[in-house]
Amino acid sequence: MAEKKPKKRIAIIASKGTLDMAYPPLILATTAIAMDMEAGIFFTFYGLNIIKKSTMNSLKIAPLGNPAMPVPMPNIIGALPGMTAMATVMMKSWMGKANVATIPQLIQTAIDGGVRLWACQMAMEVMGLKKSDLIDGIEDPVGAATFLDYAVDADVSLFI
Amino acid sequence: MEIKSDKFLDCKGLNCPLPILKTKKAIEDLQIGQILEMHATDPGSKNDMAAWSKRTGNEIIKTNENNGVFIFFVRKTSL
Repeated sequence: MAEKKPKKRIAIIASKGTLDMAYPPLILATTAIAMDMEAGIFFTFYGLNIIKKSTMNSLKIAPLGNPAMPVPMPNIIGALPGMTAMATVMMKSWMGKANVATIPQLIQTAIDGGVRLWACQMAMEVMGLKKSDLIDGIEDPVGAATFLDYAVDADVSLFI
Repeated sequence: MEIKSDKFLDCKGLNCPLPILKTKKAIEDLQIGQILEMHATDPGSKNDMAAWSKRTGNEIIKTNENNGVFIFFVRKTSL
C-alpha cells in the first residue's frame, strides 16, 4: 500500500562543520529513511568536514562566542588555548551519557540506508580536497545544479 | 489481553533517533503480520513512534507505560 505511492523526499544542505551542527542533517536523513522517505545531503564548505576522513571523528564545538553552551563560559576564557578542546570533551561526555549516536555511526547508518551524500565540487576546490580525502560510499562530487535537480522534487528542503 | 510478540527490541536508554532507526531495522526482519515489541525510555518516542507508524503504515496495536518505560507493540503491515 505505502510502497505504491511515490516516496516522500527530504533534501538537506549541510554547511557547518562543528559537532553540534553535524547532527541535524544526519539525524533527519537517517530518520527519513526509517520513515520510508528518500533523503539526500549536499555537503558544502565547512560541512565537508562531516564526510572528511581526517576530521569526521574529531568535530569540535567552540565555547568562544557561544552563549548557548550548557556551562556558559566568558569569551575571554573561551579564547584561551585548549578551551575548544575542553568544551568538545565535555559535550562528547554529555552525549555519551545520554547514549546519543556518534557522528561516524550516523554516517554509516546513512550510507547503509541509502541516503545520497554529495560533496560540493566547488568547496572541495576551495579547501584543496581530493575525492580520496572524503569517506567511501558517497556520490561523486557535484555542483548546485545536481542538488537543485534533486531538491526540486523534494517535499522537505533544509539549509543547515 | 496478552499480546504475543514475535521479536523483542530493547531501546531503553537510547535517544533520538536511535529507537526509530532500530525499530525500522528490526521490523525489516519480520514477516507481514508479525509483531515487534519495543521498549524505550526516550519520552519523545511516544510521539515519534506514532509519526513513524503513520508514515510507514506499520500498525501500533498497543502501547503501555511502566515506570518510565514505554512499551510498543507494532504489527508489520507493509514491506
